[in-house]
Amino acid sequence: MPPARSWRSYPQTYRLEAGRCTSCGAVYFPPRLICSQCKGREFETFSMKRTGKVLTHTVIRTPSAAFAGDAPFAVAIVEMDDGVRLTTQVVDADFEEIRIGLPVKLEFRRVYSEGDAGVINYGYKAVPVRS
Amino acid sequence: MAVGIIGYGAHIPRRRIKVEEIAKVWGADAPSYKRGLELREKSVPGLDEDTITLSVEAARNALLRAGIDAREIGCIYVGSESHPYAVKPSGATVAEAIGATPDCHCADFEFACKAGSEGMFVAHGLVKAGLVKYGMGIGADTSQGAPGDALEYSAAAGAAAFIMGSDEERLLATIDETHSFMTDTPDFWRREHQYYPMHGGRFTGEPAYFRTVTGAVKAILEKSNLQPADFKYAVFHQPNGKFPVRVGKMLGFQREQIDTGRLVPTLGNTYSGSSPLGLTAVLDVADPGDRVLMCSYGSGAGSDAFILTVKERIREARDRAPQTRWLLDENIRYVEYGEYAKLRRKIRLAE
Ligand SMILES: [Zn+2]
Repeated sequence: MPPARSWRSYPQTYRLEAGRCTSCGAVYFPPRLICSQCKGREFETFSMKRTGKVLTHTVIRTPSAAFAGDAPFAVAIVEMDDGVRLTTQVVDADFEEIRIGLPVKLEFRRVYSEGDAGVINYGYKAVPVRS
Repeated sequence: MAVGIIGYGAHIPRRRIKVEEIAKVWGADAPSYKRGLELREKSVPGLDEDTITLSVEAARNALLRAGIDAREIGCIYVGSESHPYAVKPSGATVAEAIGATPDCHCADFEFACKAGSEGMFVAHGLVKAGLVKYGMGIGADTSQGAPGDALEYSAAAGAAAFIMGSDEERLLATIDETHSFMTDTPDFWRREHQYYPMHGGRFTGEPAYFRTVTGAVKAILEKSNLQPADFKYAVFHQPNGKFPVRVGKMLGFQREQIDTGRLVPTLGNTYSGSSPLGLTAVLDVADPGDRVLMCSYGSGAGSDAFILTVKERIREARDRAPQTRWLLDENIRYVEYGEYAKLRRKIRLAE
């Protein structure tokens, strides 16, 4: 991914910025221009809470080239406490530990890098809530 | 005007490796390393963790305790000897991730293991001068020792972040005095493009660590007209378990003053994070009115010393984020040397 493309998504990958429709309250991550519920065009931006729970999960053993060094790794669809769903890796957890309903929080991690010389792309990954 | 810490946060990777596991690979005698270093295990970062990611998590925890808007932070300094980039500031990514951009002064610091306390020192100074409302100083490292070298048993990963401010009602601890002591002492170094550092063996002790730390602490005690007995806690840089106890004894501090902030036996040496993380563990348990001494040490060589007094608000702020002893003792998973070698990129992969 060219640096400019990942740079444009920093508000979401770094700060979990979502859009809330000012007329009906629907939340979108990433934000949208038109609300699919009420066709509204005004949104307020807010940073989501970093907590949620696993909705479903799998283990990737044959990843795309960019993630070859990470395999095998767990991926989950996480339902955030603010209501939206997002797809992310689940790390710092044994595969057997990951189950539907597992409370997780999103930590800041390296997601992938362009070889040893290219830019490092950071973003969120889910880890189990243990405290 | 009182200036001090209004928020603090720690972060430690979840994985640990035991001294026995490293000694086994190199045919070394684990009991003698454990005795010699007073160290049982150390933290190991994952492949997706580095100085920037650890700094972001520590900074987020500091913000939770401070309860301020990140946009009011006027400066961010990340001190480390393992910045992920040779050219591109770690602090810019940290500031972006916590929402402190764009009206923010930022620089990365390097001074072996005292880069973190430098950030605290400068952030404190800028708040005191009135140039920024709040300032953040972070010490973070994912340090490496050459395979089989004595450093491999201790080089660890972790981060601590501090937000400095002067709002009377937000202060968790005032910083009452500072002092820096610094000379050119070649005890530890890493040249450009070299992967692992070199060190001067026994030269790292007396003329380096002990002379510098005692120099800084004696000077700050004299400046503030205080004695070791006036402190509830003392935190010294901890490259191994023995040095902070011995330097404390040389200066007149008792073991009970030192042990609360001495994390190294189960954490390892987190370099720029070392004494800053020790300070977070002290703030987690200190009572209002307690006086705390912290003194870092960075090879090359220098020490930054701070005298702090804990304030009433510590009681309500400390539980807003994970405590350091919990990160250290509860949230852990052991790895074997093979996984450790992979995670620390000690295995050469096909291009
Ligand atoms: Zn709507």
